[in-house]
Amino acid sequence: MNKPVSDQKPLTPGEDTAARIDELAARYPNPASALMPCIWAIMDELGHVPPAGVDLLVAKLGVTRARVHEVLSFYTMYRTEPQAEYVLQVCHNISCHIMGARGIIAHLEKKLGIRLGETTPDGKFALEGVECLGACGMGPCLQLGKHLYEHLTPAKVDDLLDSLRRGEVPRADTDRELEA
Amino acid sequence: MKEYKILSARFERPDGHKLSVYEQEGGYQALRKVLGGMDAAAVRETVKASGLRGRGGAGFPTGVKWGFVPQDAQEVYFFVNADESEPGTFKDRFLLDYDPHQTIEGTIISCFAVRAHLAFIYIRGEFGWLVDRVQTAVDEAYAAGYLGKDILGSGFDLDIIVHKGAGAYICGEETGLINSVEGRKGQPSIKPPFPAVAGFLGKPTIVNNVESVATVPWVINNGPEAYKAIGTEKSPGTKLFSVSGPVKRPGVYEIPLGLPFREFFQDYLGGMVEGEELKAVIVGGSSVPVLPAAEVMNVNLDYESLQQAGTMLGSGGMIVIPESCDMVELIQVLMHFYYDESCGQCTPCREGTGWLHKLVKKLRGGEGTPADLELLEHVCGGMAGLTICPLADAAVMPMRSFLGKFRPEFEALIQETATTGPRTRWPRGEQE
Ligand SMILES: Cc1cc2nc3c(=O)[nH]c(=O)nc-3n(C[C@H](O)[C@H](O)[C@H](O)COP(=O)(O)O)c2cc1C
Ligand code: SF4
Ligand code: FES
Repeated sequence: MNKPVSDQKPLTPGEDTAARIDELAARYPNPASALMPCIWAIMDELGHVPPAGVDLLVAKLGVTRARVHEVLSFYTMYRTEPQAEYVLQVCHNISCHIMGARGIIAHLEKKLGIRLGETTPDGKFALEGVECLGACGMGPCLQLGKHLYEHLTPAKVDDLLDSLRRGEVPRADTDRELEA
Repeated sequence: MKEYKILSARFERPDGHKLSVYEQEGGYQALRKVLGGMDAAAVRETVKASGLRGRGGAGFPTGVKWGFVPQDAQEVYFFVNADESEPGTFKDRFLLDYDPHQTIEGTIISCFAVRAHLAFIYIRGEFGWLVDRVQTAVDEAYAAGYLGKDILGSGFDLDIIVHKGAGAYICGEETGLINSVEGRKGQPSIKPPFPAVAGFLGKPTIVNNVESVATVPWVINNGPEAYKAIGTEKSPGTKLFSVSGPVKRPGVYEIPLGLPFREFFQDYLGGMVEGEELKAVIVGGSSVPVLPAAEVMNVNLDYESLQQAGTMLGSGGMIVIPESCDMVELIQVLMHFYYDESCGQCTPCREGTGWLHKLVKKLRGGEGTPADLELLEHVCGGMAGLTICPLADAAVMPMRSFLGKFRPEFEALIQETATTGPRTRWPRGEQE
């Protein structure tokens, strides 16, 4: 989960992340090919990739600074700025559109008092429209980090927002036990 | 309504993802059979003889593609394409969520067939939860000796890396996918050379869709003749269709290829929900031409029949459109998507997708004229077939078909907005 703007961790990747990067660089066929998972490792720790993260990637993987920036800016899920605590990403592609995604977005805009693409002043919620999330038959749907909420209704959205305001991330439709 | 369970046997089973369940139901027997006495050529021949066609969209025969790897290649790579980002498509997610070991077993056998010792399972970044699921299953497979060095004492080595994407539709295109794992922007490369000859790190590389790979164990266990006995002569076997829209039972279905749409729609999907009428169907994911209700009712769901009907099987992402939907609105949603996802390398695609989106938006904004409809067609003509990868065509196909099959709706909109002013709101919600 992304950290609140007001409560940022130190903007330098920690030792665990640095060790993870070494591990990934050794596992991939060459260090440069490990760039994507290494960016994820930094994102997982800090919620975004700060300048010190870029330095670390350049130093560890032997890639140019230009390459790191190129990759960071090409992929929409990588972020270089701190994010809101809860980034709500609502699918607005065709199947969800047919099933009423625009109504869900309108409801969220009203409830949060912000427009699509904005963040609440307290830095708690951001609302984004995103392309197909691979839940087309279960739409409308929204994604919050690794959690995917499906079959959305205004009532389900209200419950979700209430829980998040209490600091609880409710069980999502895709949350399942992973143990074998 | 005969049930086929080649791919979907463990779908919706809460414990279907476990190695123990997969093994109890005959899992990893195909791998034992392969490692216990088949050589790579025999595996390739078996898959070729089954007639299995790639399920990622293009429908290219899987065994034939495997045969393109040069025989003297020393270093070969294998990619399982789980980028699944085509709007309307959510089948690979089911395969990996409910039954990851089936795809892992298929990957090991496929790698043996093309002599690869490292495979990547490339999962779209939005499926963060699925990455964990698949990684857990891969770890189980390592612990059980199905992966790593000297698999089951055969001398065959294989590693699998689960690679997480980061939000880019274009990475589903095979060369975009390869470039992405090289740690670059996921921009497609010009072909030839084809990846089977020069792909990842310049080495021979095979990219296959999850569903293609997941079919391989069944084919090995049951033989190519049993597979060919299902489906049609040119489209053998079963196919997963993921169905969205206001039908009674949306979801993922495994059906024999060649099944009449009418039967699928009525018997499997239960028809439309109360109060909705069928208007049109996009049968194979958002990139293929749309078919109006009257036309789709007469097609069979296989590669050849759909091509004859002027559309494509694609990914099997079936989008059902009700009468209550405005087609201009839907094409605006789609054109926004392709404009957003164009990687920007080719001028016809970068500029063309932007133009198409802008023009449709202009129509809905009340400033459209009949000349804009001609312009839309003209822009399409400047894009199709002129780019590095087929994304430009993927935008042109729905655009042309919406315009061709539903032109009166476009014309009525131009007339209506001339008097009532722009449509600046989506009918069901927020401002544009
Ligand atoms: C824009 C674009 C997006 C694509 N997305 C996917 C995808 O998400 N999954 C997939 O398997 N194939 C996708 N493909 C097709 C792949 O390029 C490739 O043909 C396929 O993965 C090969 O696997 P198969 O032979 O098993 O079908 C896409 C192609 C294009 C042009
Ligand atoms: S057709 Fe579009 S997406 Fe494909 S390579 Fe060209 S610009 Fe990129
Ligand atoms: S269209 Fe919304 S998840 Fe696919």
